Amino acid sequence: MGLFLDFNPFDNLLCILLGISFTVWFTLLLVFIIVPAIFGVSFGIRQLYMKTLLKIFEWATHRIERGAKDNNHLLYKPYSNAIIAKEPTSLEEEIKEIRRSGSNRDLDHASEFEMSDIFYFCRQGVESIMDDEVTKRFSAEELESWNLLTRSNYNFQHISLRLTVLWGLGVVIRYGFLLPLRVTLAFTGVGLLVVLTSIIGFLPNGRMKNFLSEQVHLMCYRICVRALTAIITYHDSENKPKNGGICVANHTSPIDVIILASDGCYAMVGQIHGGLMGVIQKSMVKACPHIWFERSEVKDRHLVAKRLSDHVEDKTKLPILIFPEGTCINNTSVMMFKKGSFEIGSTVYPVAIKYDPRFGDAFWNSSQFGMVNYLLRMMSSWAIVCSVWYLPPMTREEGEDAVQFANRVKAAIARQGGLVDLLWDGGLKRGKVKDTFKEEQQKLYSKIKLPVIGREV
Amino acid sequence: MGSTNSTLSKIPNVEELVQETGFTPAHIVRLYDRFEALDKEKTGHLRPQDFGAINRLAINPIGDRIIGAFFSPGQETVDFHSFVRILAHFRPADKKRPKDPSMPEPVNSRTSKLKFAFQLYDQDKDGKISRAELLQVLRSMLEMQVTEEQLESIADRTIQEADLDTDDAISFEEFRKSLEKVNIDHKMSIRFLR
Repeated sequence: MGLFLDFNPFDNLLCILLGISFTVWFTLLLVFIIVPAIFGVSFGIRQLYMKTLLKIFEWATHRIERGAKDNNHLLYKPYSNAIIAKEPTSLEEEIKEIRRSGSNRDLDHASEFEMSDIFYFCRQGVESIMDDEVTKRFSAEELESWNLLTRSNYNFQHISLRLTVLWGLGVVIRYGFLLPLRVTLAFTGVGLLVVLTSIIGFLPNGRMKNFLSEQVHLMCYRICVRALTAIITYHDSENKPKNGGICVANHTSPIDVIILASDGCYAMVGQIHGGLMGVIQKSMVKACPHIWFERSEVKDRHLVAKRLSDHVEDKTKLPILIFPEGTCINNTSVMMFKKGSFEIGSTVYPVAIKYDPRFGDAFWNSSQFGMVNYLLRMMSSWAIVCSVWYLPPMTREEGEDAVQFANRVKAAIARQGGLVDLLWDGGLKRGKVKDTFKEEQQKLYSKIKLPVIGREV
Repeated sequence: MGSTNSTLSKIPNVEELVQETGFTPAHIVRLYDRFEALDKEKTGHLRPQDFGAINRLAINPIGDRIIGAFFSPGQETVDFHSFVRILAHFRPADKKRPKDPSMPEPVNSRTSKLKFAFQLYDQDKDGKISRAELLQVLRSMLEMQVTEEQLESIADRTIQEADLDTDDAISFEEFRKSLEKVNIDHKMSIRFLR
């Protein structure tokens, strides 16, 4: 009985303390994060945070290198991802060279088939077994310096006490402080988006509605940006997409949408999902016209193209945001763009997005993690730092077909973002290569021999 | 970035591999990473489908034969050791190695490389490249681009030139003789970094 009496004052004290800390917490949140998000200003806190982190990472890397040298471990820098040095010679040159050295006949017969021709294909084949361009693109980029996240250092070892302590501290800060903060912000942002857009949906169509909807969308996306501690640098904002245009960008993760939409208003394109996503999508479309497709409609290319071009023709509607690669790539290269969005014939505004991998890998490997897992990883990284470049608008030229146009845009985006421009289809992550590519190889080989064969027969 | 020692300890019998193949431990670690990347289901073995996922290999006219070279007859999987042993054929020859007739032929010698190429032709492993086998290779390399008659005439001509004992097939010795002037080491070697 006496014990109960003792607990009461403590209980009260505890409650009061909790109450105070919650109030303080939320006030800070409001003042430093939500209010600036509403007005689109920044205190520069995130930039400062970024600089401090970089210094710490440098120190950590230094320690690892020193530690490894001391213990005589073999350190390999996986940044140079290649095992082998590939000779970039063409099929023709190779075969001519093999023949030249091996032929014990006169040059007249030089173009015929020889037993040694197989060497070229054999070597190419084994080279690709050891190392190939495409498979590399679909796994996360390996880092040169360690950013205190075990997920990016697959061989984390106990090198020094100080380093382990630092890493432990990092874990505590990230999971104990940053993660709850970010989750709160995320819920706030999404909640506000759903509620406010539904309210705006009741207004009559007109300039007021558009203006309000834009403001609401921007504000909520900005809150989400802060929820991820995304530090974004926008370049060349004078090229920002305008109404009636299509904005295309390279795709690394679902966060790309948030990054772009927090700086401008776009009409989104996508499939209607169930669950929370569906709720968000339905309320968004009440405030301004986004293009959502039912699952069944997605297969119908004509329907898709028609809806897109209808939207584009209406100049009061916002520019459409599309990711033509069709899947997430690991942000070291740009893969083949699907031509659908380039057939519509409106102005294309290319945008290049490049993430800085030092702070956290933003790539979503959908075969490895689901969406929720991915978001949790994002929110427990240090920060997401990226640069966005708005490239000057492009239109399809005379005599250029959709595929050529798509490749032209892709090259521009790759060049700007410092990414490798690859011919391969992003769909190869899941599927197999088309037979047409195999035929190309055969055609090339036969060209070397056909002139002689023609003479023979 | 990280220490390779932890990966090395995952691989059994590394010393043996180093001795047999001549790869350095660093190379073996890199190849192990590659092996794991190809082994998507993490079974510790590779099957023909895992090789099939490599796109540049899929468009290679003799891609299937190369994949076949990794699997011993009757075997459906290849483990890491066999994987590395086959790849060791493509190491550049060690010029400084003394020719010791009592030691087994190193896996990256000229003869071994020639044997590897020979087996790409000789699919039934009877020690000879028959006319039919040669035609098969020609067909995969040329497929739609030439007619059947043209393929046959090429095959005839090739056998005529290389076949010294006129048994209408090319044995390993005849194969080797016809390629004596080709710099095999250069053409069948892959430069490993580091």
